[in-house]
Parts: sequence; structure tokens; C-alpha cells
Amino acid sequence: METMLQVQDLQVYYGSIHAIKGISFEVKEGEIVTLIGANGAGKSTTLNTVGGLLKARSGKILFEGKDLHGMAADRVVARGMALCPEGRRVFQHMTVLENLEMGAYTRPASEAADSLEKVYALFPRLKERYHQIAGTLSGGEQQMLAMGRALMSRPRLMMLDEPSMGLAPILVKQIFNIIEDMNKQGTTILLVEQNAQMALSVANRAYVLETGRISLSGDASELARSEEIKKAYLGG
Amino acid sequence: MLANLINGISLGSVYAIIALGYTMVYGIAKMLNFAHGDVIMVGAYVAFCAITGLGWPPILAVLASVAVCTVLGIIIEGLAYKPLRNATSLAVLITAIGVSYFLQNAALLIWTSNTKVFPNIFADLPALQLGSTQVAPVTLITVLANIVIMLALTFFTSKTKMGKAMRAVSEDKGAATLMGINVNRTISMTFAIGSGLAAIAGVLLCTAYPTLMPTTGAMPGIKAFTAAVFGGIGSIPGAMLGGVLLGVIEIFGKAYISTQLSDAIVFAVLIIVLLVKPTGLLGRKVREKV
Ligand SMILES: Nc1ncnc2c1ncn2[C@@H]1O[C@H](COP(=O)(O)OP(=O)(O)O)[C@@H](O)[C@H]1O
Ligand SMILES: [Mg+2]
Repeated sequence: METMLQVQDLQVYYGSIHAIKGISFEVKEGEIVTLIGANGAGKSTTLNTVGGLLKARSGKILFEGKDLHGMAADRVVARGMALCPEGRRVFQHMTVLENLEMGAYTRPASEAADSLEKVYALFPRLKERYHQIAGTLSGGEQQMLAMGRALMSRPRLMMLDEPSMGLAPILVKQIFNIIEDMNKQGTTILLVEQNAQMALSVANRAYVLETGRISLSGDASELARSEEIKKAYLGG
Repeated sequence: MLANLINGISLGSVYAIIALGYTMVYGIAKMLNFAHGDVIMVGAYVAFCAITGLGWPPILAVLASVAVCTVLGIIIEGLAYKPLRNATSLAVLITAIGVSYFLQNAALLIWTSNTKVFPNIFADLPALQLGSTQVAPVTLITVLANIVIMLALTFFTSKTKMGKAMRAVSEDKGAATLMGINVNRTISMTFAIGSGLAAIAGVLLCTAYPTLMPTTGAMPGIKAFTAAVFGGIGSIPGAMLGGVLLGVIEIFGKAYISTQLSDAIVFAVLIIVLLVKPTGLLGRKVREKV
């Protein structure tokens, strides 16, 4: 498998706050890789930096072999990497369909119908509600919309920031099933989660982030069995 | 009565066109561009020079004026506001006031403080007879222009890709960037549209009230800002409604209460509306997002 994303010795600051203290990780084509860690560990900072929303102080971000360092988020999307941000951030006052159209902003109009069909196939709920204002959707539906919207850019790598946040267990299950489906359809996935158990159950490999450093990494199913992880993240 | 109502709607339509510029820029860049009123003045001067100096036909003069103001809007945004994208809103506000003074003083240098009499560009058109009331062509054209602009903007923001991208940026810049939307270019585009509209407003205003000087844009600018807040800042129909209501209130205040107090009445109405409905008539709550 080819390496799709390679992050090397990444350092990110918020002013004088040193949030990411030199992390390195990689995602290979076709994988689901998860980055788990407690609240405030630096998971979102990492994804936002890779996605171009934040600038790294130093380090390398190689996507399909090319350095993305300093590239703004709007150009990163066009390169084939989408970020589905924490808190969903759908456009509340726009309709479901308009949100999806915005997702396809970088793509030629000729693709739109086909992309929509694919997204609707993964998220039939969105098709039922295409005309509804996004702000009136339930939390689970908004999460589906955020994911569908990110898919509209036809990313080769999809980064998801806490897709299960604030959702009822049954919906969490559904969202994770969809993540697996997306992956089976050929999208490589970098998943950030506080729900370590679910994340480890779908991922191939995992990295554990602790206050800006990677403390553990390895095969997801092995990590799920490790005593350290069980104590810290899986409630026993 | 009817004559006053028509005058009010006409003046209000000018306010509405200016208010659209305020409201679009506020909606997308979340800033009050206090120099917007002065762009109107520049637009009027450009049209004035083209007509009286170069002898251009009015329609060409208006187009030139729109072109100059559009470019001016882009330049103002790029030079004065873009470097302040992450600054406090107070810094941006002070800069906007600075730009406003700059434009007024530049106009003073170029065109001097002598009042210019703006030509009646619709002199060839017949007036409309409504019962015993005559409606001047400029009145009719102003109202029509307002309606056309409002419809065009509504179409633009609801149906075109660029327009939808503008709405996305106005809701959440970070999320819009993640869609691949170039936020800086979108903001620049918004200034371009708002300033182009300001040029049209300037020509219409000065055709109806033909005295032109470097401070001509200041008061209509403030009134239009009031109109935008009145209607609900950020809302396109709100700007239209606020503008027209403001114009009508102002003219009626002048006619039936007091000429001196008419501005005070306008602002009193604004305060009452904001006390009852802080988001303005058609405004909606904005959720602040990072
Ligand atoms: N905008 C910000 N300004 C300053 N510090 C921040 C900001 N965002 C996050 N941080 C800090 O950076 C660290 C990592 O945050 P974050 O990446 O959001 O963690 P996680 O997503 O793992 O919960 C935390 O200590 C947090 O307080
Ligand atoms: Mg986070």
C-alpha cells in the first residue's frame, strides 16, 4: 500500500501555547487510521493543521508525496483531501442540497448529479430532506450532512473530527457503519475520536495522542486489547 | 399625501440601494464599512465629470461610474480592510472612518469644495401623471432600479454558485474554506458589488437632489446604515424594507412634523424598533462561530 499522508515532526502553536509538540504519523491508501486521545490532547489541532486551517510552526505534511506546508485549506480541498470538522459546521441557514452543492465547490458542474447520487445512496435521509434548512435537522442528520458535504468534493482522503460527538449510541453505530462503507468504496480515512472503543473497532491502525505528543501507536485491534488503553480510554 | 408617499418611497429606494451594500458587506465580512457613503459621492463625481466634462451620454457615464466604484471598492478592501482580517472590530471601524475621511479629502483635492450642480440625466423622459400628482422620471427610475437590483441580488445569492458561496462565507468562514471557497476573493467580490451599487445610488441621489460636494455621501450613508440596521443587518429584503420605510418616515416627518426634526424622528424610530426587536425588522440571530 502506498503512503497517502505522511506527517513528520509537526509543531503547532496557538500564540505561545505549544499545542502539538512534534508528532509524526502516516496514513496509507485504503486505510482507516484513527487518532484517539482525551479532550484537549490536540486531535483537532492536528487535523486542522493538515487540512490547512492552521499553520504549523515546523514539520512536514506530505499528501501523495507533495508537501502541503502552508497551503490554505481551500487549495488543500482541491488537491483531494476533505476535512469534516468538529461540531459539524453545516451551513445552518442553507438547505441540505445547497450544503451539498457547496461541498462540490471545487468540482466541475458536470459531476454534480453523479456525486449527489453517491452521497444520497450512503445517506438516504439527506435525499428525503434535501429541501430542508440544515439548521432544522437533528444532530445525527447534521452529522450525515457534514460527511456527505465533505464527500461531494470526491476526496481521496477524508478526515473526520469526532463524528460521534453528542450523538445517541444507535446513531453512533450508524455513523461508524457509514464510515466503513465510505472506506470500502475507496476513500481513505483519518478519524479523530474521543470514543476510542468505536474508533478502534473500525480502524486498521491507531495513534494515541496525549497533550500534543503521540504516546502509543499500532494495530487498532491490538491497541484495543492493551491494558494501558483500556485503563485510560475504554473505562477499565 | 400621495406626493409625499411617492417622494418617500423614492428617497427610500436610494437608501435601500446603499443599504444593500452595507448589509452585504456586513453579512459577509462582519464589518461596518463606514466609507460606503463616500463611495456614493465618488460615483456621483465620476458620472458628473463624464457627462459635463467629457460629454458622454448618461448611460455610459453611469457604467463608467459603476466601473470606477467597483474597482475602488476592491482597492479599499484590499488595502485597508484585508490586512485587518483578524484585528478587533474597533480597529476595523476606526480604519473605515479613516477611509471615509480619506475619500472626502481626496474629493476635496480633486473636485474642490465648490458645489457642483448635477445634471438631470432623465430630462428627456416624460413625467408620469398619477391623478393630480406628477411623478418625476427620476422617481420612477429610482424605484424601478431598486426593485430590479433587489431581485437580481436575490437571484444571485440564491441561485448562482458564487452567490451561494457568499452565503456560505457569511455563515461560517472556516467551513466555507473547507469547501474550497476562497474567502478573501469572496469578500473582495462583495465589496465590488456593494460599491458598484453605491455608484448607481450616487447617480440617482444626485439626479433627484442635484447638489454635489465631497460630503454629499456622508448623510445618506449614515441613513442607509440606519436603514440596514432597521431592516435587519445582513438581510437583503431587510435592507430594502428598512430603506423604503426610512425614506417614507423621513419625508412624512418633514411634511407633517418638522423639517428640522425629521432626522431625529428617523433615528427615534430606529431606536424604538431595536428596543422591541434587536435584530431589526427582518434580521435573524447570528450565531458567532470561530
Ligand atoms: N484557538 C485556540 N487558542 C488557544 N489554544 C487552543 C485553541 N484551540 C485549542 N487550543 C488548545 O490546544 C490544545 C489542543 O486542543 P484541541 O486540538 O482542540 O484538542 P482535542 O481536539 O484533542 O480536544 C488544548 O490545550 C487547547 O486548550
Ligand atoms: Mg477536538
